[in-house]
Amino acid sequence: MSQKLWTTSYYALAGGLTVLFLFPLIWTGYASVAPAGATNQQDGFGFGNYASLLDYDAGLGRYLWNSTYVSVLTVAFTLALSIAGGYAFARFSFRGKDTLFLLTLAILMVPYSTLLIPLYSMLGDLGLRNTLTGLALVLTLYQLPFAVFMMRISFEAVPKEIEESAMCDGAGTFGVLTRIMLFAVWPGLITVGLFSFLAAWNDFIAPLILVSEADKAVLPVAIANLRQQSMGAVDFGATQAGVVVMALPCLVLFALLQRHYVRGFMSGAVKG
Amino acid sequence: MRHSRKLAGALYAAPVAVFVLVFFVAPLLLVGRMSASDWPLLAGDLGLNLPDNYAGIADNPLFWPAVGFTLKYTGIVVVILIGLSLLLALIVADRRKGTGFFRTAYFLPTTLGLASASLLFFGFYSPAIGPLDPLLEFLGIGPVSWLGTPTAALWSTVVLIVWKFAGFFMIILLVGLQGIPPDVYEAARLDGANRWQSFRHVTIPLLRPALGLVLILSVTGSLLAFDQFFILTKGGPDNSTVTVVQLIYREAFQRFDLGAAAAISVVVLAALLVLNIGQFRALRKDH
Repeated sequence: MSQKLWTTSYYALAGGLTVLFLFPLIWTGYASVAPAGATNQQDGFGFGNYASLLDYDAGLGRYLWNSTYVSVLTVAFTLALSIAGGYAFARFSFRGKDTLFLLTLAILMVPYSTLLIPLYSMLGDLGLRNTLTGLALVLTLYQLPFAVFMMRISFEAVPKEIEESAMCDGAGTFGVLTRIMLFAVWPGLITVGLFSFLAAWNDFIAPLILVSEADKAVLPVAIANLRQQSMGAVDFGATQAGVVVMALPCLVLFALLQRHYVRGFMSGAVKG
Repeated sequence: MRHSRKLAGALYAAPVAVFVLVFFVAPLLLVGRMSASDWPLLAGDLGLNLPDNYAGIADNPLFWPAVGFTLKYTGIVVVILIGLSLLLALIVADRRKGTGFFRTAYFLPTTLGLASASLLFFGFYSPAIGPLDPLLEFLGIGPVSWLGTPTAALWSTVVLIVWKFAGFFMIILLVGLQGIPPDVYEAARLDGANRWQSFRHVTIPLLRPALGLVLILSVTGSLLAFDQFFILTKGGPDNSTVTVVQLIYREAFQRFDLGAAAAISVVVLAALLVLNIGQFRALRKDH
């Protein structure tokens, strides 16, 4: 095949695929503001569908708050556990170290749905069912294998000399961790924080099962329930406005933290 | 000094150890116990009833159809997803103008959550506001019921999943492609290999670890499919798109039988463990 024909077909294929991949995204933005029957946006373009979200049930503000609260708490739990754990695995030897590390990675082998049934019952016993804190703890569980692995390799990559010189200056292990190591591993922290935030923000099955009170619903569950509103008729406009609200933080984080996205995937590839 | 360092290490690991014991090991043991017990959703533990819950699985009229459907869905998704993500990776690995833009475009759907993407396509396929019917009408084709028949519902969901995940797997394969040293291609070219031959005999063999990872992730993810069917098809029409995980959800929260749900969960766990060990063995043999 001649070079010119090859180039033309390359761009035709790549461009065609680009259209296919972008079209649904552009459409949802359009549909959320476009006029349509049986929605709150009847005449001309506008934000009627977003307005109906504000008034829907407990209100968009409430759901946004619930989702944000759960996501931030999940990030906090995940970071705290994986910083301490990663530091321990990377720099110390203690009894049961290998067993604990393998056990943490083994979480990945157990399907989500297998654990949610007993967790539903356990959270009830602990008084954590129907609470956003209980939900965040469960979401943290599934972030742990990746987070602990990521922080372990991040701490291992820090040269030992830095640590030893601080030790000679009289710093204890905790001082070394908080004053030196955390600054050295910050790219790992951002990657772990980003991935746990996105996982918690987007999770559907855990909140669906563990939180049944309407005013404690997180965004994905609230928007999925919204479809059954108004006497069986689906408000498609408000649904697409909800999709845009859920997608925006993800797109913004992607735009800001692109490099950390790729780092997360690459460590996944190394793992395999 | 040595001793205190050991103690310090154990202390730093303690939070993870406690968390893993409480939220992973304990529920894992509990699911085994629940699967052997009469355990209604509201009444709680009513004592052992082994092997009733397991015997009940085979009698559940939805179980075998759900297993069959989940396997069929997984087969279709895995083949299309690997093929397309490999094509995307080859497109964006090429050093030309615009590959950065193409990479971002293919990757953007991955940034959405699966529930968001399913809700997006719920509107996208709807006759009420979906853009597809007007487009088809313009081409002179009648309206299509995208979710109305079992076949249409299956393929519409496959399109959603491929759209959502192809960019994710593209990145994994791209990292694999970039790890292939350029001089291997150069050597193949000097040996007179054309594009297809160097793809077939250089790229594919050297890409096997990355392809293996994509295979494991896409098989596991598809076997555990839930969100997309719960939101997009609700298991319909006529229960034709009920997956195994949806069946667990139905037993637990629509038929209020946690014991039966736990029994199916244990069976799923066992099946996945066997499958994962098999896949790891097969991949290790390659190296």
